[in-house]
Amino acid sequence: MSTPLVMFLGFIAVTLGITYWASKRSSGQSAYFAASRQIKGWQNGIAVAGDYMSAASFLGIAGIIAFQGYDGFMYSVGWLVAYLTVLLVVAEPLRNAGRYTMADVLAYRLKPRPVRAMASISTLTVSTFYMIAQMVGAGALVALLLKGSGISYRTAVIGVGLLMIVYVVFGGMLATTWVQIIKAILLMAGTILLSLLVLGHFHFSFSEFFSAIGQVTYHDKGQVVVKDFLQPGLRFKPPYGALDLMSLGMALIFGTAGLPHILVRFYTVPDAKTARHSVVWAMALIGSFYIMTTFLGFGAATIVGRDFISTHGGTNMSAPLLAQSLAGDIFFAFISAIAFATILAVVAGLTISASTSFAHDFWTAVIHKGVERKPGEEVLVARVSAFVIGAVAISIAILLGPTANVAFLVALAFAVAASANLPVIVLSIYWRRFNTTGAVTGLAVGLLASIGLILVSPSLMAIDPPTVTGTARHLIQAKALFPLENPGILSIPLGFAGAILGTLLSHEPSSEHKFNELLVRSNTGLGAEKAGAH
Amino acid sequence: MPPSTAAPERFQASQTEWDRIAESKEFRDLMATKKTFIVPAIVVFVVYYFALPFLVGYAPSFMATKVVGVVNLAYLFALSQFFVAWLIAWLYVRAADKFDTLSNDIIRQADSGRKGK
Repeated sequence: MSTPLVMFLGFIAVTLGITYWASKRSSGQSAYFAASRQIKGWQNGIAVAGDYMSAASFLGIAGIIAFQGYDGFMYSVGWLVAYLTVLLVVAEPLRNAGRYTMADVLAYRLKPRPVRAMASISTLTVSTFYMIAQMVGAGALVALLLKGSGISYRTAVIGVGLLMIVYVVFGGMLATTWVQIIKAILLMAGTILLSLLVLGHFHFSFSEFFSAIGQVTYHDKGQVVVKDFLQPGLRFKPPYGALDLMSLGMALIFGTAGLPHILVRFYTVPDAKTARHSVVWAMALIGSFYIMTTFLGFGAATIVGRDFISTHGGTNMSAPLLAQSLAGDIFFAFISAIAFATILAVVAGLTISASTSFAHDFWTAVIHKGVERKPGEEVLVARVSAFVIGAVAISIAILLGPTANVAFLVALAFAVAASANLPVIVLSIYWRRFNTTGAVTGLAVGLLASIGLILVSPSLMAIDPPTVTGTARHLIQAKALFPLENPGILSIPLGFAGAILGTLLSHEPSSEHKFNELLVRSNTGLGAEKAGAH
Repeated sequence: MPPSTAAPERFQASQTEWDRIAESKEFRDLMATKKTFIVPAIVVFVVYYFALPFLVGYAPSFMATKVVGVVNLAYLFALSQFFVAWLIAWLYVRAADKFDTLSNDIIRQADSGRKGK
């Protein structure tokens, strides 16, 4: 058995043990959906970081920096700064006024059924798109990392999918939280070790390290190229590069605070003050991690080199290959196991937020008008829907195959979160005049604008040469109608405009009357949900 | 257990009571205190953050100016973003202690008002 496989199995054994332990403590709504709201601030902070630092960050950013230098590091910055929106605008009001989902806050003063139905659709869209992107990546990666163990893409996808279903169905939020915590600690440990090894390679001299970055050598179309990798412009090129950068920034800064799987984490702590502290913990970890992408990415560019990475699995393998070249096969196995843990934890977090929203917002509130027919029904529905969502994600990931062009799904998830979710959350907490029509039109316009613009963007519309085949081909073989890969710069203003126009064109006095209640609750924590199982 | 999703012990109050709290001096003080910190903080971080993609996108040769060795303005500015974000978060946590004191007073008053009835 190969070393990576042994380490994967070790992680699986530990997390299944936790799931067994958590399953005995996960009966009842508050326990299953919110870990009884007894997670400590630092624990939740680490879990938020775990939920957020996906394979896209760990492997993707390292790869983009290794191949395109400084422009990749621009992503790193946005991922952290986005947490200021979470900290200053949404975390505390959400914890104070809500119970299990982001729609709880909207439903306070607006008509619950239409608002919860739309919010649930938006949550499911964001979560499943994000999940499919992770699953396709996971399958390709696990198959590559375990090359020689006879594990195929299909087996890897089914394995990852089944594990995430087990964590969520049996262990609920408590197990999911601890899987995130372990994964985040492993990820930080691996990243710190790898960074130290990179620095060690340059004799712990920053000037030696940076002068190597100043002259990265590789082959491009048969020619030897020497480039300063700290110079901007290797990825974002004229004429639209600058706009795309701004658009990406907007999606990150406004989208993070609208990601359902991040928002639900704030319901797992006892009160708003703890929610605040957990954001700060998360920012400390996430910031340190993204600063270290300097060592991971530029280290891979200078020590391993683009040429070698291209022929040994491509950009996503930059970090594991760096580990291998610095410290051999055991460390390669360790970093690969961390990548695996990262993917598993993130898909589990996505699954629980999607299934909670389906059970709590759609099943109970929309279909059964807010009344649970039998005690425990909502939790049962959540468990069943977690299973269904997992099965759907597995099937789609297998149908798409390992070479599918899915990177745009992550951009889409952030765009929907920023254009549909964030505007209605902010307006319902801070704008007295806001009403149900505004929330529904805002969610619908934000969702449709994001999807529509991505459909006609270069991510899905381009003319491929005949050598590109199958699902790797662009969906629409024509010149892109919208020139940017990130729709945020247009879809976010459209989402806000939809919400504001919908509000101004309708009247709903009851929403204005109930604004004071939401204002007081969300700002003081008066009557907020308390910790403890019941 | 009744077949309801409503949390059993949640603080409930009449519309007039919520209005009264919302219009009280204590609550308005809380909102004003919050606003004086949060609004400028948001403006500062949004402007500071978007200056990075804007300058990198529209003034790439300026941002490529080398400061120490090959380390250029673009990298230093990007790195500074992390420290500015941490600084704003730290300042917010300090300011929020004051918010907590004000909110706790409001909660205490609301609770005792109900028990008095």
